[in-house]
Amino acid sequence: MSSRRIKGSEAPPAAAFAFRLYITGSAPSSVLALGNLTELCRCHLGDRHRIEVVDLLEHPGRALADRVFMTPTLVKLAPPPELRIVGSLTDWLAVLARLGVRPAERS
Amino acid sequence: MARQPIRPATTHPKAPTGIHGLDTLTQGGFPAGRVTLLEGGAGVGKTVLALQSVAHAARELREPAIFVAFEETSARIQANAAGFTWFVPSLTRKQLFYLDAQPSVDLVQSGGFDLGGLLAALDTKIRQIRARRVIFDGVDQVLSSLADPLAERRELYRLHEWASARGLTTLLTAKNGVSEPTAQRAELLQFMADCVVSLEHAVIEGVSQRTLRVRKFRGSAFQENAAPYLIGAGGLEVAGVEESRVPARLASSERVSSGVPRLDTMLGGGFFRGAAILATGAPGTAKTTLGGAFAEAACERGDPTVYISFDSEAAEVVRNLESVGIRLRRHLGGRRRAGLLRMSYQRALVGSAETHLLQIQSLAREHAARCLIIDPLSALANVNDEGRVNSVARRLLHWAKSQNITLFCTSLLDVGAVESEGTPLHISTIADSWIHLSYVARNGERNRCLSIIKSRGTAHSNQVRELLLSRRGVTLTDPYAIGGEVLLGTMRWERERAAEALRQETEQAERLKQLKMQAEEAQLDAHIHALHSQLEAKRAELEFMKHAASARRDAAAAAQREAMNRRGADELKKDQRV
Repeated sequence: MSSRRIKGSEAPPAAAFAFRLYITGSAPSSVLALGNLTELCRCHLGDRHRIEVVDLLEHPGRALADRVFMTPTLVKLAPPPELRIVGSLTDWLAVLARLGVRPAERS
Repeated sequence: MARQPIRPATTHPKAPTGIHGLDTLTQGGFPAGRVTLLEGGAGVGKTVLALQSVAHAARELREPAIFVAFEETSARIQANAAGFTWFVPSLTRKQLFYLDAQPSVDLVQSGGFDLGGLLAALDTKIRQIRARRVIFDGVDQVLSSLADPLAERRELYRLHEWASARGLTTLLTAKNGVSEPTAQRAELLQFMADCVVSLEHAVIEGVSQRTLRVRKFRGSAFQENAAPYLIGAGGLEVAGVEESRVPARLASSERVSSGVPRLDTMLGGGFFRGAAILATGAPGTAKTTLGGAFAEAACERGDPTVYISFDSEAAEVVRNLESVGIRLRRHLGGRRRAGLLRMSYQRALVGSAETHLLQIQSLAREHAARCLIIDPLSALANVNDEGRVNSVARRLLHWAKSQNITLFCTSLLDVGAVESEGTPLHISTIADSWIHLSYVARNGERNRCLSIIKSRGTAHSNQVRELLLSRRGVTLTDPYAIGGEVLLGTMRWERERAAEALRQETEQAERLKQLKMQAEEAQLDAHIHALHSQLEAKRAELEFMKHAASARRDAAAAAQREAMNRRGADELKKDQRV
């Protein structure tokens, strides 16, 4: 798998978050989403997360296999249930609410 | 339309849709390798049109296609399409691939996105199946979820560029509307697409009316008028498209019988094959009977015939016609064997005139009809606005002519309308033969009269004839004209009887006279005979007398010679010797 691992240790702690972000190269919304996700996780999830980035321009077959047609798409793989959020993740509060994460103090 | 280049009509190749009429409107199909927009309200048949065209392309032209479903799931779309005859479930996933791209229900959106993922996925699939056509069904759905006019524009251009770069014949289907933001989006879509086809569904006086119009076609000429269309078992069909080039066809000089021998004589041998015949008249003037006679004659000739009845059930028509000796039942065919005659009952109130026209045409095509009877054509006038019905009637006549189908239409006509030449559908001018049936009411009777108002290209009788219906069939009789007056019905019959009696009397008197003269002749003959005999007797007597006299003379001469000898007298003179 040639996906880039951005952050997260080899063995994340229990109840850790696992994300997969599908992007298309350097499309503006993809770049924005990646930046937003990284920052959001750093501020609110600390070390309890792992992000896998799949560039569909490099792996177009994945789009079909994983049924990802709108990019960027963020998939929360863990904890269950699986959840999909489409878009550049600009509204942090909304994203956190969907993820079930209480915003960290003074973020 | 500023971007529309000015170029000859044939520069850009076309991608045929296989849809009857639409390919004529667009002069060959959608622009090949370009983007076409199919727009219209909900339920007008955008998806059907798109699917039908790619099914045709996949099967007939070996152009695999991908169907991207934004709105409905592909399973639903396939289930809906299964009812159409052209929908072949056996089309493999390599011929027609469905891609479900509708957002899942639990999808959450935050911020802007693009369709990069979809296009990447499509690129993979297109390479796999060598797709030549792509449908984006319900593209407005995905655009609206962008929730940003600028982003919509950007994504639409991305789509357009992507499709154009790959030379894919692309169909977008989208709803249109007059309210924002649909109107703005529709305008954007119309501007971007190379070809725009609008579908409309209106209800006029309670009758459903669907029309299709090509709004724009970059780089090609096209027919701009709205054309009615129909969605039936055969899918979408566009009607009312006049073929700009009518194939040259020789006018037939073959005559076909009207089913009434004396009417054929009046027409100088019958109708021409391929002619349009109109029979008008008030109710009960035997228009249907004439139609039935024509149908029977056609079947006996071996012509596949279609009889469309608007007034009554086919079985009723057959039964009623049997009472006047027209037997159609034997031509109808049974369960196993198709007969030469196909009868169809269409209720005029169900469906628009266009619908009826299409049904009539497809029935005639199916049956390979050479003769077509429509009874009555005026039923169409009940259902719709007049202008459209007129055009339907006209197109029916033209169509029948182009197919060389002999068309027999009956039409209800009010008394006095003949003089003004105003048939309800104004088709009398384009009909080739016009037969008018009327009632003449006089002396407490109504009698049917038939006259030929016109018959192009055939000499025809100018005489009004009386139409007689009996168990043995339909006949025309000469009218009884006396003292400048035409007698019909019982009056004619009475006159005829009186004339017959008179004729018989005269005949007998003549016979008597003849006999008398014969007797006189015989008498004279006998007389002549007797005289002849007398003459013979006289001649015989005369001969005898002559003989006796000469004998006497000889005897006297001999006696004289003997006497002279005895006296020793001189020798007799030479002439005195016996």
